[in-house]
Amino acid sequence: MANIISDETIEYVGILAKLELSEKEREQAKKDMGRMLDYIDKLGELDTTGVQPMSHVFPVQNVFREDVVTNGDRRDEMLSNAPEEKDGMFVAPKTFE
Amino acid sequence: MSKQYETVIGLEVHVELATKTKIFCGCSTAFGAAPNTQTCPVCTGMPGSLPVLNRQVLEYAIAVGLATNCEITRFAKFDRKNYFYPDNPQNYQISQLYLPICMNGRVEIETKDGGCKTVGIHEIHMEEDAGKLIHDEWEDCSLVDYNRSGVPLIEIVSEPDMRSAEEVIAYLEKLRLLIQYLGASDCKLQEGSMRADVNLSVREVGTTQFGTRTEMKNLNSFKAISRAIAGEAMRQIDLIESGEKVVQETRRWDDVKGESYAMRSKEDAQDYRYFPDPDLVPVAVSDEMLEKIRASQPEFRNEKRKRYKEEFGIPDYDIEIITEYKHMADLFEAAVAICGQPKKVSNWLMGETLRLMKETETDAQDLRFSPEHLAKLIRLVDEKVINGSVAKEVFEVMFEENVDPERYVEEKGLKTVSDEGALRKTIAEVIAANPQSVEDYRNGKEKAIGFLVGQTMKAMKGKADPAAVNRILREACAE
Amino acid sequence: MKITDMTAVELAAAIRAGQTTAVEAAEAMLDRIRERDPVYHCYVTVDREGALSQARAVQEKIAAGELGGPLAGVPVAVKDNLCTEGLLTTCASRMLQNFVPTYTAEAVVNLQRAGAVILGKTNMDEFAMGSTTETSAYGATKNPWNPAHVPGGSSGGSAAAVAAGECYYALGSDTGGSIRQPAAYCGMVGMKPTYGTVSRYGLIAYGSSLDQIGPLTKDVTDCAAVLETIASYDKKDSTSIRRQDTDFMSALTEDVKGLRIGIPNDYLKEGLEEEVRAAVLQAAEELARSGAVVERFDLSLAEYAIPAYYTIAAAEASSNLERFDGIKYGYRTKEYAGLHNMYKKSRSEGFGEEVKRRIMLGSFVLSSGYYDAYYLKALRVKALIKQAFDAAFARYDVILGPVAPTTAPKLGESLADPIRMYLGDIYTISVNLAGLPGISLPCGKDRQGLPIGLQLIGDCFQEKKLIRTAYTYEKILQAKQEGYRHEQTI
Repeated sequence: MANIISDETIEYVGILAKLELSEKEREQAKKDMGRMLDYIDKLGELDTTGVQPMSHVFPVQNVFREDVVTNGDRRDEMLSNAPEEKDGMFVAPKTFE
Repeated sequence: MSKQYETVIGLEVHVELATKTKIFCGCSTAFGAAPNTQTCPVCTGMPGSLPVLNRQVLEYAIAVGLATNCEITRFAKFDRKNYFYPDNPQNYQISQLYLPICMNGRVEIETKDGGCKTVGIHEIHMEEDAGKLIHDEWEDCSLVDYNRSGVPLIEIVSEPDMRSAEEVIAYLEKLRLLIQYLGASDCKLQEGSMRADVNLSVREVGTTQFGTRTEMKNLNSFKAISRAIAGEAMRQIDLIESGEKVVQETRRWDDVKGESYAMRSKEDAQDYRYFPDPDLVPVAVSDEMLEKIRASQPEFRNEKRKRYKEEFGIPDYDIEIITEYKHMADLFEAAVAICGQPKKVSNWLMGETLRLMKETETDAQDLRFSPEHLAKLIRLVDEKVINGSVAKEVFEVMFEENVDPERYVEEKGLKTVSDEGALRKTIAEVIAANPQSVEDYRNGKEKAIGFLVGQTMKAMKGKADPAAVNRILREACAE
Repeated sequence: MKITDMTAVELAAAIRAGQTTAVEAAEAMLDRIRERDPVYHCYVTVDREGALSQARAVQEKIAAGELGGPLAGVPVAVKDNLCTEGLLTTCASRMLQNFVPTYTAEAVVNLQRAGAVILGKTNMDEFAMGSTTETSAYGATKNPWNPAHVPGGSSGGSAAAVAAGECYYALGSDTGGSIRQPAAYCGMVGMKPTYGTVSRYGLIAYGSSLDQIGPLTKDVTDCAAVLETIASYDKKDSTSIRRQDTDFMSALTEDVKGLRIGIPNDYLKEGLEEEVRAAVLQAAEELARSGAVVERFDLSLAEYAIPAYYTIAAAEASSNLERFDGIKYGYRTKEYAGLHNMYKKSRSEGFGEEVKRRIMLGSFVLSSGYYDAYYLKALRVKALIKQAFDAAFARYDVILGPVAPTTAPKLGESLADPIRMYLGDIYTISVNLAGLPGISLPCGKDRQGLPIGLQLIGDCFQEKKLIRTAYTYEKILQAKQEGYRHEQTI
């Protein structure tokens, strides 16, 4: 395996992706990610010099909406799936020190 | 301190655009609505929802770009900036990193020695605002209101071209003026529709290399910005002087304590993993689109200054004040167009308007009286329907409620009494009641006539033409 | 003919003719589900009450002459990553175990307008990540041809529901083969349209630049009818494409004369099971006999499609799935210490293994220092793959090949080795990268009696060529086998 994924990398990716792995999951994740990256490294075989990265397949552009209010008060709908709500707002763990 | 340091400052200015709806959905952007009543699946990040760009956002962004001499990117894209925070419903913000809409601009600012300085604009990009977090003291949790989530912003990123707080404020004033003239935003620092993050580093005078910079957030007044710049420059110089290093980081300014602190925690990797948003298609700005926006650019301050001087002949001092706010300039021009008396309109704006604005802490853009009403008021005075002091009274009410002065004068019975018989009668009474003053006047005490005029006006409840009172009084005393 | 044996279009005709009603059809399907779903587990949610009341309402409209299209009154199953207002939508994840959308996916709205009766939501790989429907948090779906085998995935519940006769047709979504591959494993017809043809509004995104919704049906006629109904320009989806040519049923003609068909040599190389290879080449031969011009050619780059795909899909997924954070909807862990711990615990407990694997990979390839080497590289390779297809379609009308290297594997065999599982997507994945339409239809069975799928790939917006070719081939099979219809498993 060419790509060795360190504990630090898994920890770092965990911070980015907000995932917390158990010891066992962590070892598996290191192995899986290493293998996937080895596999992805195959792309390096291709010479892509001068090739523009293609994010959209079709040259569709300039899709706009007009600046007209179309939505009314949908608060109750938006809150209907909230794990916790208070005073018409979503409840989150505190964000202030 | 033996060494001389210079402060190097660049700004990231966020401006909330004055669109009716959010950047990617049809929710209203109106200020002050009850929490979450202006939300939908798109701006609350519901699964399966998709963004569609508000055309007006693009047009405002381009207009600001043109006004700040930017190159307009003909093929622009939106990117996702990924970070978790409860005010960010998708946990990514749609912004622009790789191909922002405007690049390489510049604005001229005036320096305190009266000279001119160019501040470069690195780029302007479009993005969505986050929701609002409210701390719930009772439950010790945060409450999230997504009304502001998705409100369109432009972020104007300057080059590190500023060297002092004065220059920073001159730059911000310049941006505010341009953007208000465009009608693209009301740019209110206190209400958060204009927000500035300060990137600051220090270096020894004479060196060309930049020092390590920090970014300061949470600056919501010019005063806070000045204090934060002074405080942060001092902090960095102290670090360097004591042989320590400045760490590149984001700091939050606490204006009450007058100090900043680092915002970074272990959970904020500040690795935003930008990539092109696959849900949005590129924006291709055509020549036609650009020309349309260019053609609809308003007359900016410098052009107005010149024109006011030539066309209206009002003093430079008046011009400076009137053109400082677009709303004031608009009021001036509209009122002059109706009444044709630029100096009189200017006098009302420079005198009573400024006085009342100061007294009531009103911003120029929030002035409520209409140019039609101001023009009417001027006409009422010209035609001697009311006198000057009544006019001031009426104006105060106009300033508050934008009443129609004609109707108001009528309803309150404030018209000048034009019946000379009634006036002569009152004057006879005043003369009779104040023999000493009459005597004084006759003995050459000019001041005494003023007292008698005042007494007459009082007796007439102010509704007399002071010139007529003066004339008749003098005749009567002379008799 | 029993109504349960009918295709969707046949049933709608029977309802229009007054031979049966939408309510009878819905009841028949609900009976079927009650009987068979305990074995196959095609559904996550069955909406009995809702289906019957929809059926009654639709029947009234049909009787009043207000509805009369080719799908009016026909019961349908919808993949559980398509939002349905008031009806649980889980993406087969614990994360969305209690999520009831307040809006309906545009494709489903289009079906409802055409008089469809929604029976329920079908099982799938969690968040559409998987090729077997085994990553579902609610248990695996079984292949109706042999319950020891997987139905494929990720739209395995939809394909199996059609194959088991638990619905007349179903909607699926296809990011890397997720409609075509389960259709092949279950012996049904499945189609992934050109990117932008069906609105993605209300489809819970996996890889936004690759995802498309499409039909899983008993035959090609139904496939054309469903696609015609769900295809629409939608102002709510910026990537939606305005098309004038969505009258797909007009392409239901037997005519392949002069049609140029190319078979990529790359698609017949090692890894392909011999029986699958033989069946696919046999199908090509049949088409040649009907007048098509069939050639082999080198498409190139096929082996690079998988790494490019997994880089792009994982990157997009890592971002798309950030919104599941336990604040606005979905699963929130019971105990936590502070904000970030709540995020981490909710997400780690709410997502399954495969989803976490892809989120981590995606976060990594986008992270500082790797973006260019992995993500941009993959987008460049994607451009090359598109070029290769452009070159191919300059020479051919249709590309023909297998859907998957094998027939349906046994349950429990695939997940142990993710890379091997990913390799199974080799023939379907490039189609998504290049935004092309692809159809999968049955072309025989292996010696275990498991169906083999034939894939036809068209150039962008050339669905009609695919439908015409598929329809012609279906007629050839029917002529060959006396009384052949779409095959029922039971």
